[in-house]
Amino acid sequence: MAGSTLASPSVEAPPRPRAPASPGRETWRRFRRHRLALASVAVLAVLVGGVLFGGLIWPLAIDDIDFSAQLQGPSWAHPFGTDDLGQDLLARMIYGGRISLAVRFAAMAVASLIGVVVGALAGMSRRLLDPALMWLTDLFLSLPQLPLLLLVIYLFRDSLKAMFGVQGGVFFMIVAVIGGLRWMPVARLVRAQFLTLREKEFVEAARSQGATTGHLVRRHILPNALGPVIVAASIEVSAAIIAESTLSFLGLGFPPDIPTWGRLLFDAKDHLDVAPHWALFPGGAIFLTVLSINFIGDGLRDALDPRRVF
Amino acid sequence: MGAYILRRLLIAIPSLLGISLILFVVLALAPGDPFGELAANPNVPPEVRAALRVKFGLDDPIFTRYLRWLWAMLHGDWGFSFASRVNVDTLILQRLPTTLFVVGSSQVLALLVAVPVGLYAARRPYSLADQVANTLAFVGFSLPTFFTGLLFILLFSIKLGWLPFVYQANLPGTGLAWAWENIRQAIMPVAVLGFFQAASYTRYVRASALDVARLDYVTTARAKGLTEGTVTRRHIARNALIPVVTLVALQIPAVFGGAIVTEQIFRIPGIGSLLIDAMLANDTPVVMAVTFVFAGLVVLFNLVADLLYGWLDPRIALR
Repeated sequence: MAGSTLASPSVEAPPRPRAPASPGRETWRRFRRHRLALASVAVLAVLVGGVLFGGLIWPLAIDDIDFSAQLQGPSWAHPFGTDDLGQDLLARMIYGGRISLAVRFAAMAVASLIGVVVGALAGMSRRLLDPALMWLTDLFLSLPQLPLLLLVIYLFRDSLKAMFGVQGGVFFMIVAVIGGLRWMPVARLVRAQFLTLREKEFVEAARSQGATTGHLVRRHILPNALGPVIVAASIEVSAAIIAESTLSFLGLGFPPDIPTWGRLLFDAKDHLDVAPHWALFPGGAIFLTVLSINFIGDGLRDALDPRRVF
Repeated sequence: MGAYILRRLLIAIPSLLGISLILFVVLALAPGDPFGELAANPNVPPEVRAALRVKFGLDDPIFTRYLRWLWAMLHGDWGFSFASRVNVDTLILQRLPTTLFVVGSSQVLALLVAVPVGLYAARRPYSLADQVANTLAFVGFSLPTFFTGLLFILLFSIKLGWLPFVYQANLPGTGLAWAWENIRQAIMPVAVLGFFQAASYTRYVRASALDVARLDYVTTARAKGLTEGTVTRRHIARNALIPVVTLVALQIPAVFGGAIVTEQIFRIPGIGSLLIDAMLANDTPVVMAVTFVFAGLVVLFNLVADLLYGWLDPRIALR
């Protein structure tokens, strides 16, 4: 990348000589330079905090049906308005947001875990395993993800619901499917990192002292490969948000009594003319979350890039 | 070049087979027996049921079943839609042109936006224009298509009343008025998909142009006294756009995913909405066939991109 060695847009002060800082502090110092990323951390903190603790300060029930307050716009009683059954949208968004949040992080964890394992196996193997795994990765990359996601959900939803209950089944399935179809970028990244790192002198030194491959991977190679993986994982979160809300939006995600943000949009889309607020609040929330995560990922990429010296 | 085309074709076939295998395994692993209803029916004696199972080969090993399914697919025997009472291939062929039209025009729109903006942003990296373009690109690919679609409907159909929000494949009428109606109803879906793709393409074009702009031959072109515009158009753009072809190809699965959502929002009768309708109606043959068509389209466009890449950059084909 040509741009990565140049100054970032927000640089103004020339670098001053300073005492050597710890890597974490150094990363933070670089991250702070990316103003939009910094602002995004604040926005994301407000969104996540609101979803996690909003239920404590906003006590209205999510299924409190009130036909005298159908499809009302924002007011003091209902800051985000109400839906066609007079249910309070703010309460529903707080509740649904919590589910969405859990789905995203679980899906991201699954995707990153599979990606790291596949990438590490491919990166450490010197024989047939590497080309085979990379062929598989390329194959998965060229799969049409949304149709496949829909297909898996279509085929497995009933049996999973029977196994884990409606809520648990859908949760488990969405996490597994998004995680299972999004691990490829992480795997490629980890493999590329492993291929360079395993030839480095410090790895050679550890090997010559009799370290096993497992020890090499855990203690020496993996910690050094994690920077880009963290960036990729943060991008995975925003991909998982879009995937989860798309499924809910198509009416194939969570059932109506679990109002995730995508599900709210799905319900709202037939009432756009009378109740635009119903679609705007959840849609705006999805947009803000994705945007801030993308900016944070961008800031992290700048901050963790070891080639940057200033 | 001939050898290159052949090699690419030979790579495309195994990946198509691999995809079909994955699809079939997913289907085979799925719970639910096609003869489940029969088994529950007390009027069907067990012998008849067993005979039927043997006849349709349901107890064969999975690989034999896969080969038989693949053979049928290759012969154009795609099954029969439970819901619409027609052959699946007829149904898909009816719907496919609409999807290809919408997806194709949105890609053209995306490139028409992304290439000039990306090149312009790369001319002065980190200038104000570059930062504005970069921020807009971030906003663009953070806006999910389903939300932009709803916003467009809200603004242009409901508030302003300019554009229709239900797409009709066979509008009545002929002549210019008919063509205009067709364009009018395609504007919103194409714009929703196109801008979403344009956002990520802009970043590719910019990064690629920045890489090329540092090369010596660009400096030479400048030293010859060519104007900045000529250098950008004739020297930077031509080489910078080559890797963009590959990146666009990598986006194709996402494009078709976006098409499903867009078709659902604007009720476009394409194969994406066919997929969703078939799922809601439990119409398994249609679901399988449409998913397979999507996979085939992705492989096909990847192949096209590869061939285009070889043609644009002869060094690739010679390797």
